[in-house]
Amino acid sequence: MSSFYGVELTNRLMLGTAQYPSPAILADAVKRSNVEVVTVSLRRESGSDRAGQGFWNMIRDLGVRVLPNTAGCHSVKEAVTTAHMAREVFDTKWIKLEVIGEEDTLQPNVFELVEAARILSDDGFQVFPYTTEDLVVAGRLLDAGCEVIMPWGAPIGSGQGLNNITGLKTLRNHFPDVPLVVDAGIGLPSHAAHAMELGFDAILLNTAVAKAGDPAAMAQAFNAAITAGRDAYEAKPMESRDMASPSTPVMGKAFLS
Amino acid sequence: MRILLNGESVEILKTDLDEALLELGYNSAVVATALNGEFVPVTLRAGTNLEPGDSIEVLAPMQGG
Repeated sequence: MSSFYGVELTNRLMLGTAQYPSPAILADAVKRSNVEVVTVSLRRESGSDRAGQGFWNMIRDLGVRVLPNTAGCHSVKEAVTTAHMAREVFDTKWIKLEVIGEEDTLQPNVFELVEAARILSDDGFQVFPYTTEDLVVAGRLLDAGCEVIMPWGAPIGSGQGLNNITGLKTLRNHFPDVPLVVDAGIGLPSHAAHAMELGFDAILLNTAVAKAGDPAAMAQAFNAAITAGRDAYEAKPMESRDMASPSTPVMGKAFLS
Repeated sequence: MRILLNGESVEILKTDLDEALLELGYNSAVVATALNGEFVPVTLRAGTNLEPGDSIEVLAPMQGG
């Protein structure tokens, strides 16, 4: 069982709440996949339509744990201020820390990410940093107080899967006891299963479910794939070989030529 | 006086942040506030004075990935 700041999750799928065709379909996806953690955000609220209030009531009714993000933040100050506002609104120490560094790839600005992570960790936050698979950066994030690392699989919303399997494997092998969550870039259940087979502790995704033709069915498919991948990792997969090796015993074979 | 509310210019009568939020329709809403880029916790809204030209951000839960 993996522990995320002391919280043990039965379900290793963390689901984003954006881009669904309707709130009802989002709720259905969460319920049918038995997701325990959903990500949420903060945006400007109008005093007249108060759209955020209805959304928040719906999420609370689902009875799941929320992981607020700092999506769209580009600086330490923006991210830290947003985190403080999220902590008050959502009443949680958890924060998915995003500090975006580049618009085409939405990849994190890892320099500002480490600084923001240190400030927030020192202030009592439990930081889930969205980062690249860079090993040194992950080490700096741990030094800064993070107890979970969330490397991307591929750019946010791209659905490309795992773009640097070697880098992800290195991260897993180097930090065997740190909870690692692949966050972003997952497009198919097979991508998620692959990450779990590598030993990752959980998968955080949004677009692959929200933009599916049937989001609730896709959430269930991801759930099954993540469970299968984790089971396979725990069952210790065989080593791959470059050459064939007969599975049927050779000894006792008839001489017929 | 005129202030910026979520980037839009609005006219308000109240000069106290907590009272201004009521005036602007946020009564009992779950929101977080920032004044001129600095977070203002809910416990400090009453007693936080607004001045003409101030910029208030009022944020609420929203969908996110």
